[in-house]
Amino acid sequence: MYELMAKIRAFEEQVNELYVTRRMPGLAHLYVGEEAVAVGVCQALRREDYITSTHRGHGHCLAKGARVDRMFCELLGKAEGYCRGKGGSMHIADPDSGNLGANAIVGGSAGIAAGAALSAKMRGTDQVAVCFFGEGALGQGIVYEAMNMAALWKLPVIYVCENNLYNEYTHYRETTAGDILARPRAFGIPAEEVDGQDVRQVLAAARRAVARARRGEGASFLLCNTYRFYGHHVGDVDRSYYRSKEEEEWWKRERDPLRILRSWMVQAGLAEEAEFERIEQAVREEVLAGVAYALQAPYPDPSEVSQHVYA
Amino acid sequence: MSTPSLSVGSDARAGVREITMAQAIREALAEEMRRDPRVFLLGEDVAEAGHPFKVLSGLVQEFGPERVLDTPISEAGFVGIAVGAAMTGMRPVVDIMFGDFLTLAMDQIANQAAKVCYMSGGKLRVPLVVRTTLGATRRSAAQHSQSLHAWFSHIPGLKVALPATPYDAKGLLKTAIRDDNPVLFFEDKMMYQVKGPVPEEEYTIPFGVADIKRPGRHVTLVATSSMVYVALDAARILAQEGIEAEVVDPRTTVPLDVETLVQSARKTGRVIVIDEGYRRYGVTAEIAAVIAEEAFYDLEAPVRRLGAMDVPVPFSPVLEDETVPTPEQVAAVARELCGRA
Ligand SMILES: Cc1ncc(C[n+]2csc(CCOP(=O)(O)OP(=O)(O)O)c2C)c(N)n1
Repeated sequence: MYELMAKIRAFEEQVNELYVTRRMPGLAHLYVGEEAVAVGVCQALRREDYITSTHRGHGHCLAKGARVDRMFCELLGKAEGYCRGKGGSMHIADPDSGNLGANAIVGGSAGIAAGAALSAKMRGTDQVAVCFFGEGALGQGIVYEAMNMAALWKLPVIYVCENNLYNEYTHYRETTAGDILARPRAFGIPAEEVDGQDVRQVLAAARRAVARARRGEGASFLLCNTYRFYGHHVGDVDRSYYRSKEEEEWWKRERDPLRILRSWMVQAGLAEEAEFERIEQAVREEVLAGVAYALQAPYPDPSEVSQHVYA
Repeated sequence: MSTPSLSVGSDARAGVREITMAQAIREALAEEMRRDPRVFLLGEDVAEAGHPFKVLSGLVQEFGPERVLDTPISEAGFVGIAVGAAMTGMRPVVDIMFGDFLTLAMDQIANQAAKVCYMSGGKLRVPLVVRTTLGATRRSAAQHSQSLHAWFSHIPGLKVALPATPYDAKGLLKTAIRDDNPVLFFEDKMMYQVKGPVPEEEYTIPFGVADIKRPGRHVTLVATSSMVYVALDAARILAQEGIEAEVVDPRTTVPLDVETLVQSARKTGRVIVIDEGYRRYGVTAEIAAVIAEEAFYDLEAPVRRLGAMDVPVPFSPVLEDETVPTPEQVAAVARELCGRA
């Protein structure tokens, strides 16, 4: 798990680098700081289980099994990208690893995830579907419409709300009334709150939810408290009007999910510092090789523009 | 945008200060809010953040959080709330960050706002402005790049404005706010930094009045929003070849200034319509049909149309650039029409 989190971290720092050196087109919403959520949840899943992701989706894709090089190809609009360059950062889909796609519409995948769960149930598989979304999506009606049906029909879907405190540039307390957990509970969906910076807690909660879903007991809701270390997107540099430098520093210092896991493992005598250095070195190399590959990879032929409008 | 500053069109005058489209919009909102206490703003990140494109910065400082409301990410909900507020005496201006998110509020706009006046036999009115964006070429991919103004032009009960210059943006927005009907106001997100002359003194621009952005006599280029710049670039290319293109900007698609379009068509006998919405069933089709109906016997050639390619907007730069009409394409069609191909 540490390796996966470190890979996401290294990937995202490279995305930042690509962006600020103007080698990457479009927008980039970094996941740094939230790695434990994607990794903890996806670790409880099998490859054939489904996920749906968000505009902040690189971590979900990697945690579910996407490859670094092909992701960079997509981010750079290259032909070998997961979506042949058509999707870009916000739309990476990889059905081979169960990823039904990232979504640039906040709340836009709530129906898709429940639908995948319905389909698994109808087809008689024991697959589950995880719907990742930010707390901002709690404002969208479709989330509740889908949850109502998921509860009524006992669908194997897990709602993973990543509460990183901010909807873009506004604190969620200014946009979200009442108790978040009371919302799924109103539909009879069991809900629990976990420390999203502690991958072991996330994994434990995800395992409970997955087991419930596989037993046919229906949907669950996990509220994962977390934090994005960078801005809303890479261009969001001056953040002082909506959150303080001290707050950012505190999270980076005290609540870094990589450090939390690392110090627990060292204290428990499960690993030595040198081991982590080795892992970080390895993922850095993988990321550098991936981006180098993607930078020189060819663009799609312009004639592809009209392909794939229909299947 | 290839043209950073635009001082063409019938309303441009020398010696007027130049401001950006974003400033022009901000000024229009501030002036209307000062003039009329019923005007208020709502949308995502509109207050302290001043909107992701910084179009609204400073407004919450002047008018306070009671009149500049940050909403949850609840497009259907806050548009619906604006409709209700509009029906009961307020004049809300709603911000939908990207035009693509209009689809989440479609019921509230198309079934509620658009119908209320008619269904109530004229007893109720909905003085609502929905400001939003259109336009590709930001590498924002399929869910952040659409130009959906044709959808709304299709629905009776809605008005639709598409300013191309800072001057037009300010004057049309003021008119929109004063209108007693729901108005969809589309701003091209690539144009916020475009500069142009805007007078200090108060003015408004009536809806349904097209503007001739460049006079000409051989071919008419009817163009909306950022396609006005594409058309002007095409006109410059054509001018070097002795073809004088007239560029006409309808400025509002509902109401549509049929008369000016038809007059220009009669004058030149050749018309190309350029719009960034999907070409199929789009604004270009409507305008071409109107011109064919009204000026058929004055035309030297069939009316031609250029629009966004009928594909979801792709992310990859090499693909995205294929989807939007270019000045070269417009010029090529114009040469064909003028028998110079
Ligand atoms: C329907 C819709 N409205 C608005 C936006 C613009 N937008 C993109 S991300 C975002 C904030 C999302 O916040 P949250 O759901 O908490 O996710 P986070 O960015 O914190 O991961 C907004 C408003 C959008 N993409 N989709």
